[in-house]
Amino acid sequence: MKEILRGAALILIISGLLFVVNIQLNKSGSSGTKTSLTVYNWGEYIDPQLLKEFEQETGIKVIYETFDSNEGMMGKVEQGGTAYDIVVPSEYMIEMMKEKDLLLPIDYQQVPNVKHIDPYFLNLPFDPNNEFSLPYFWGTLGIAFNPTLLEGQTFESWDRLWDPSLAQKIVLVDSARETIGMSLNSLDYSLNSTDIQQLRAATEKLKQLKPNVKAIIGDEVTQLMINQEASVALTWSGQAADMMAENENIDYIVPEEGSNLWFDNLVIPRTAANLEGAHAFINFMLDPEIAARNAEYVGYSTPNLTALDYMDETVISDERFYPDEETRDHLEVYRNLGLELLGVYNEYFLEFKMK
Amino acid sequence: MNHKLLRPLHSIPYFGWLLLFVIAPILLIVYYSFFDLSGNFTLGNYVNFFTSTYFKLTLSSFWYAFLITFFSLLISYPTAYFLTKTKHKQLWLLLIIIPSWINLLLKTYAFIGLLGLYGPINAFLELTGLEKQQLLFTNFSFVFVSVYIFIPFMILPIFNALDKLNPALIDAARDLGATQWTTFTKVIFPLTMNGVKSGIQVVFIPALSLFMITRLIAGNKVITLGTAIEQQFLVTQNWGMGSTIAVFLILFMFIIMLLTSQKEGAKRNEKN
Repeated sequence: MKEILRGAALILIISGLLFVVNIQLNKSGSSGTKTSLTVYNWGEYIDPQLLKEFEQETGIKVIYETFDSNEGMMGKVEQGGTAYDIVVPSEYMIEMMKEKDLLLPIDYQQVPNVKHIDPYFLNLPFDPNNEFSLPYFWGTLGIAFNPTLLEGQTFESWDRLWDPSLAQKIVLVDSARETIGMSLNSLDYSLNSTDIQQLRAATEKLKQLKPNVKAIIGDEVTQLMINQEASVALTWSGQAADMMAENENIDYIVPEEGSNLWFDNLVIPRTAANLEGAHAFINFMLDPEIAARNAEYVGYSTPNLTALDYMDETVISDERFYPDEETRDHLEVYRNLGLELLGVYNEYFLEFKMK
Repeated sequence: MNHKLLRPLHSIPYFGWLLLFVIAPILLIVYYSFFDLSGNFTLGNYVNFFTSTYFKLTLSSFWYAFLITFFSLLISYPTAYFLTKTKHKQLWLLLIIIPSWINLLLKTYAFIGLLGLYGPINAFLELTGLEKQQLLFTNFSFVFVSVYIFIPFMILPIFNALDKLNPALIDAARDLGATQWTTFTKVIFPLTMNGVKSGIQVVFIPALSLFMITRLIAGNKVITLGTAIEQQFLVTQNWGMGSTIAVFLILFMFIIMLLTSQKEGAKRNEKN
């Protein structure tokens, strides 16, 4: 009994000491700056050096947090426990957040750098007149593959994935919209299809892909492709860029039936506590030179037209990551289909995974 | 000592804890399970559960949980038995328990590397002249990694039961002419049944709801009830359906607890 008490006391004392140290560290960290800005972004989605420069330039301390899914992010913003000042949702999530009244309008007086954004990426259906959002990065969904591990298979068409020679080779994304959307595209249907029969057909077709599927996972795929563990992966352009940076054998293609074109956007959620700082941050990130450096670090495509002048010619002329307008028009942006249909997509996806 | 007088006072925090963190959440889950996406009262979630997809899901969850428990037991019982025979048994036990202090996700990620095409296991296979095997993302690797993770939890109760076993009983059995096998089946195993049962409880129930391993090790080729709950809450945002699956999971766990503990009571009566 005595020993247990002694042990408990020891643990209490140690935790108490650590707690005090922690408070002291936080204090000294924030001394000298008057205000702070809480940024909530996807993992590995900003050049950390830029955050430091922003702090030096404005004197605002940046608190940086990351998330790994739009839905998880919205949950936290909705709960309102943390005063996030900047969040980076994808386009369909912006529609959902608008519906739930979670966003604050952007004051363009404070964001003069908006003039650098390519008009092609402004005033899109998910946010007319960019009332609430400004594009941060954009990209596509396609197939990353490693020709050295394949026997000459190519992927101009989604249908090539169903080729029997690819048995146990394909890694899919663990996400219903992407995977069922790919199957819908392969049937020449819209990836925003709301027609149950089309969704059924896409699911049945997907089930036939099962013998070729090696795994259905998340971000772990990047490492698998780099290590040559996997040879074909359904993936986003920026993730493909990460793979290609580490393993030069890997190639990326967007099949010609069409695919998803997506945008991640800077928004100010209703939880914001530092509105001025949030606008300053958006304006800072839209600065052409900053945007160029960020794009080179992150590997996704920037919507900042002027920033392209500061970037490596070989990067921006790469059709795989900066497809021309004609190709882009061929691609589709996700629409928010409502929770009911999202449920159907996920139910069918589960059915496919269970097969 | 006035322990008896103080007992009701002592128990207040425990009852408070139980009420707040066990009973209230369960009631909330049951409550949520009766609502659809738009917040209307419905029994639809329960009807939906009995459609083919979720029914198959439940069956496959049970099958894998059974496999994991079976192999854990198969490995743990002899291990625990030999542990009690070793000289420094507490030290050996500690060495077996230590891995369970390491974060589950870390261990899982380590297995991605170990089981990979270019990992040490395949390197060893090649060395012995065998062909490279696709180990990662198979049912086998899922059961293998889960068994590895659960083994300490199975060994501990069995070890305790074996350790408490009065060695005089074994000597007596031998003296009376029982063979080693008979001694084991008629004396040792029945007397350590309680340890085995609590081992089964602590393995089978969490195995029903494993979820990160299904994705990282099995590449979502194995789907458990845990995966389905995670998806309903985080992706589909259908709290009603997620809660319904959770209600069934709680129900299954309750049944398993009941099954394993009732017999325990019966055994005790027998002895008396």
